[in-house]
Parts: sequence; structure tokens; C-alpha cells
Amino acid sequence: MSAESPFVERFPSEARIVRLNLGVAFIALFIGGLFGAIQSLHRTGVYRGLIQSSDYYSMLTAHGVLLALVFTTFFIAGLFHWGITRSFDRNAPSQWFSMTWFGVMLLGTVLATIAILGGLIPFAPDDLNAAVLYTFYAPMKAHPLFYIGAALLIVGSWLAGADWFWSYFRWRKTNSDERIPLQAFMVLVTWLMWYLATLGVATEVVVFLIPWSLGIIPAVDPLLTRTLFWFFGHPVVYFWLLPAYFVWYTILPKLSGGRLVSDPLARVSFVLFLLLSTPVGFHHQYLDPGIAEGFKFIAMSNTMFLLLPSLLTAFTVVASMEHGARQRGGKGLLGWLRALPWDEPAFAGVALAGLMFAAGGFSGMVNAGMNLNYLVHNTQWVPGHFHLTVGTAAALTFMAISYWLVPQVTGKRLQLKGLAIVQPYLWFLGMTLMSNAMHRSGLAGVPRRTAEPEWNAVSGIAYETIVGSFQETQLQIAVGGVLLFVSVVLFSMVMFGTFLVRADLGPIRVSGSLPRPLSTAEDGPLVLDNLRLWFTIAVVLVAIAYGPPFFDMISDGVFWPGTPPTTSGL
Amino acid sequence: MEIHRYEKIWFVIALLMIVGFIATIAYGAVGAGVEMIADDGGTMDPNDVSGTEFEDPGVRQVGEDHYEVYVLSQQFLFRPGTTEPIRVPAGSTVTFYITSTDVMHGFALAGTNLNVMVIPGQVAKVTVEFEDPGEYGIVCNEYCGNGHHSMEGKVVVVPESQYEGP
Repeated sequence: MSAESPFVERFPSEARIVRLNLGVAFIALFIGGLFGAIQSLHRTGVYRGLIQSSDYYSMLTAHGVLLALVFTTFFIAGLFHWGITRSFDRNAPSQWFSMTWFGVMLLGTVLATIAILGGLIPFAPDDLNAAVLYTFYAPMKAHPLFYIGAALLIVGSWLAGADWFWSYFRWRKTNSDERIPLQAFMVLVTWLMWYLATLGVATEVVVFLIPWSLGIIPAVDPLLTRTLFWFFGHPVVYFWLLPAYFVWYTILPKLSGGRLVSDPLARVSFVLFLLLSTPVGFHHQYLDPGIAEGFKFIAMSNTMFLLLPSLLTAFTVVASMEHGARQRGGKGLLGWLRALPWDEPAFAGVALAGLMFAAGGFSGMVNAGMNLNYLVHNTQWVPGHFHLTVGTAAALTFMAISYWLVPQVTGKRLQLKGLAIVQPYLWFLGMTLMSNAMHRSGLAGVPRRTAEPEWNAVSGIAYETIVGSFQETQLQIAVGGVLLFVSVVLFSMVMFGTFLVRADLGPIRVSGSLPRPLSTAEDGPLVLDNLRLWFTIAVVLVAIAYGPPFFDMISDGVFWPGTPPTTSGL
Repeated sequence: MEIHRYEKIWFVIALLMIVGFIATIAYGAVGAGVEMIADDGGTMDPNDVSGTEFEDPGVRQVGEDHYEVYVLSQQFLFRPGTTEPIRVPAGSTVTFYITSTDVMHGFALAGTNLNVMVIPGQVAKVTVEFEDPGEYGIVCNEYCGNGHHSMEGKVVVVPESQYEGP
């Protein structure tokens, strides 16, 4: 079988693991997207007949967990399992082990989902609920199954990483002088960052919240557990984005008709993400009491430097697209843009995701501004921001690249291609409406995470928007939310159509071979591949940023000032 | 490793922008005097407010034009703020001390940059100036339970001549 044969023929067992992961991801995407549309109608007041306001928060928890944790983690696991296998060009070490990590992740997902949906089902036991949102701040307590499920999902992802490092060590034995293939390098660096980042949330959940929710320890320190969450809560953003960058660096240049400009610079930017993603979590806690201003300032400076690898990525990605367009006959200063394959859904979706990420990056710079943050913290500006980043840069990239990847792991031609061509543009339109309106209403002080943002029973607040009106922003959010869900429906029809169609309809039309970069790995210094060195430096930076504040918080007692569990309702 | 000239230029622009952002924030803190939340409010036992200022929260006058306001946040009201507004005179400096005895809350004056997290066990301390008379809505902007969307309050800044004391 030649290297040009479809992935599923060369690596049938690995392709099965990829399909299982993508399948779970797409189911989570559909349910999470449906809930998102219901929320956008409810909180804007356009239609409140589907749920009670008091149930809004269980649904919001499901939306956040199913999309930001389940859809992303499973999709990334599938994408990376494909990437590792393809770039080392060898089988995974153990099918049994691969099934184990998939099973552990799935079990965790099912347990946490049962706990969350329990809050929406009238006949479920009273204590079976988890209306604690995606951040699950103590002392508001969820059912223990929620925390146990979350822990299993993370442990499963650790095992997935172990699978890929195992592949790497086996490959290294017979290839001692080779540069690590670029895709494998990106997978390994992303997972090193993930191991470091998840230490925070794993400690929070396993050491504190599980025993606390079971009544084994009476109280936890809310500031400490919140800080452990945000230790993980910012690098998780890069856990979503780096797989999108993996697509932008290694696959998008091919889809554009050209080559990646520079392999070594791609490695440089991933190394910078490994170093800087974690020691920045305090920028989510600028407004928290109990944390000295200096610690926040250090996190702010690190955050600003974290812009650098994203700005470098923007350059390389656009340059690679321009190179591709000129290979296809594109001319002129900007005229080359017309030569790109905008009617190919994989290309169009990934390119639109990159464009929206630029806007999301700019609103992120505002969030990172330690003093500007006071205007936008916990307002609707923030979901406006992250629906551009994780909600488009990552999510739309994942959907779009599925149009290219799924035929390779199923051996089936993409079905309903007409719907696939429309889908990324519909997402772009829906997100433009929803996100601009969220940003603007946030500037007017409209809070995030609320079933009814009117807030006028006591205070009679009239939100003053800079342009437009409060009602106009709410209408745009509702229309945008519905269009986004329609886009998810189209995507689901294409995917399930492709999964279910007969396999013998002829050979697939895409190939997984990727062209050599213009500047290859051999042009870069060898130190770039020294994973041990970069991981050590990352650990040191985290120790500097988090050591003193953690010492501050636990020096007066690990559980002090402590609070017992509180429910979400009265 | 060969780096294209354009990419070198882009790299320098990116670095200058980053250093510029950090400089504006350093200037905001030191030059313009934008006060930010830190740890100077201290900690307290969230399960027992007796013997603290939060036992009887409210407004206190501590100087000629300086007032302190102790606010207790609870599911789903601000004390004071919700059942009775917080009243302070125009032209005064007001230091808020805010804490919670149950879950996390937010305390934000909509449309201003007075915005703090309220965390059980921690006392948030923030000082602001109210120059002109007016009314501000207080919004709880951190999810605090199934009645979260009803948690709100009001700050009334009355003309100095009409202020009758706390």
C-alpha cells in the first residue's frame, strides 16, 4: 500500500479510534449548540417559553461543558491521534491502550453529563444537579458525579498523551538523528502544556472538591480553589487554540495550494506557548480581593508577551496562504485573495476562522489590560470575546477540517457537499451578529451569565450603549444564536450523512499527503526539539508566577478561610 | 534559520506593541492613579460575622468628605443596596468593603469601572469618588444561584446640601 493510500486503509485501527473520538465530539457539538440557541432566545427576552429562568443555569452549564470541554477534548484527541500516526507513519503502540483512554474520557463525560442534565429533568432526584457553570466555583456545590466525571475526562486525556509519547519514544529508537516531524512536535508540545496546566484543576477537583462534595472535608477556601481553577483556565484556551494552529500551520497551506513558509518558526511559536500559557492565570482574577497587585502585574506582563506567538502565527498563516494563491495564479497586492479556493468548505472555514480570530485577539488584548479590564470583567463583552476564539477560531477550524479529515478516516466521500459549502459562511454571519452585539452590550455594563439581564426591578437601570440600543444588541444576539445553530445542523447532516453512507461509492477525493515547507526543520537549530529543556523552563516560570501567591493563600491554613457547600437555590 | 525580512519587521512591530501595552498599564497605575483591587481588605470567617463591621453593614462617615460602606452580599441581595439604597453625598470619597457569607458574587456599578469580585472569606476593599449627584444600579455580575438574575441594588449620590448623614 503506498503512502498515498487513504489513512483508513493504512491504519484501520487508528482510524477507528479517530472516528470514535470525532463521533462523541459531534454529538456534544449538536446538543451544546441546541442549548446555546435556546439560551440566546431566552436571555435576550425574544422567547422565554422553552425554559424557566431558574433552569437557565443548568442549561448554561451543559452548554459550556459540552462545547468547551467535551467537544474540544474529543475532537482534539481524534485530530492528534491522526496527526501522530500520520507523521510518525507507524501504528499506535497498543490498540487496547488507545481504547482505554477513550473509554475513560467517555465514562467521565457521561457521569458529568448525567449530573448536569439531572437539574433539567423534573423527576430526577433533587440532589442530582450541577448548576455550577463551567467554572464550578466553590462553595456552590454540584453533585459529586460532576466532579468525578470531570476528573475522569482529564485523566483520560493524560492517558491519551501517554499513548502519543509512547509512540514518540518508539519512533525515536529507530530514528535517533531525525528531527521530530512537525505535526508530532506540535502534538507533544501541546500535551506538555496540557500536563502542566491540568495540575491546577486536578488538584482542585481531586484534593478539594470531590472529598468536600462527599462530606469528607467540611470546608474549602473559595479563593484557593478559584485560583487553582484559573491556573488551568487560561492555558485551556491554548489547549483549544493550538490544535487549530496545528491545522493552520500544517494543513491550511496545502488547502491554499501552496506550502508552509517556515517549519522552524512554527516550532518557535509552539515553544513560546508552552513557556507562557500557564503563568498568566491571574489575568482572570484582576478583580479578586486577596491577591496582591504585584502578582497580577506579573501575570499581565506574561499575558502580553503571549501575544507574540499568536502575532507570529498570523504572519506565517497569511504568508502561506498568499504563497498558495500565487501558485494558483493570483496576482496583485490583494488581488491574490480571489485566487483562493473559497468554494472548498475545508479551506473557506479555516480561513474564515483565522479572520475572526484576529478580531477575537484584539478584544483579548483589552481583557488583558489590567485597568481596562474593570470596564469589561463579567460583562457580556467576555462571552463576545471567547465566542470568537474558542467559539470560532477553534470550533470553526475543527468543523471545517472535518470536511477534509473525515473522508480519510472513513474511506467515504463527503456527502451533501452543497450544505458543507454554505455552513462556514453561515457560521461567520451568525457569529458576526452575535459577537459584535455581545461586545457592545458588555461595554454598556450588561452582565454575562444571567437568565434575565434587565435588572430593573429595584434599580431601574437603563443600559447606555455607545452606538445602537440595548434592544438592538439583544435582537442581534438572538438572530445570531439561531443562525449558529442552523450552521451546526448543516454540519451535523454532512457528518452523519458521510459516516452512514455506503463505503463502495468510489475512491475519496482528498489525500492526506502534506507538502514540504519552504524552510524545513533542518534549517532550524536542534535545540528547538529539546522538549525536556522547554518543559523545565515552563515549570520554573510557573513556580515563579504561582509559588508566592499560593504560599500566601495556604500560609493561614489550607482550608482557611473555609466555607461549607452551598446549593444554587434557596 | 532563515527569516524573511518582512517577518523580522513584523516581529519588531509586535514586540514594540507588547512593550507599549505594558507601559500604558504601568502608567495607568502609577501616573494616572487608577486604583486596582489588591489584598489590603484582609480575610475573615465567612461563617460568622459577629463582632465585625459586617454584623451591622451600612454607611459610616470617617472623615469630612470620606465615607466607608460595608456591604454584605448574600443569595440574592446586597445589604445595604437592595431593600434600601446606599446613600452617599456628592463630592465625597467612598471606600467600599464588600464580602459574602455564602457563595461568590459580583458587585458592579453598571456603566462605571467600579467592578469587584466578592469572595467568601475575603474582604474586597475599593475606594472611589462620586463627584456629581445621580443614581447607579448595582449589578451582581457573578453567577450566584438560581435567583441570580434578581440580585441587584442601587447607589444614590445625593447633592451635598441635602445629605442628612448615614
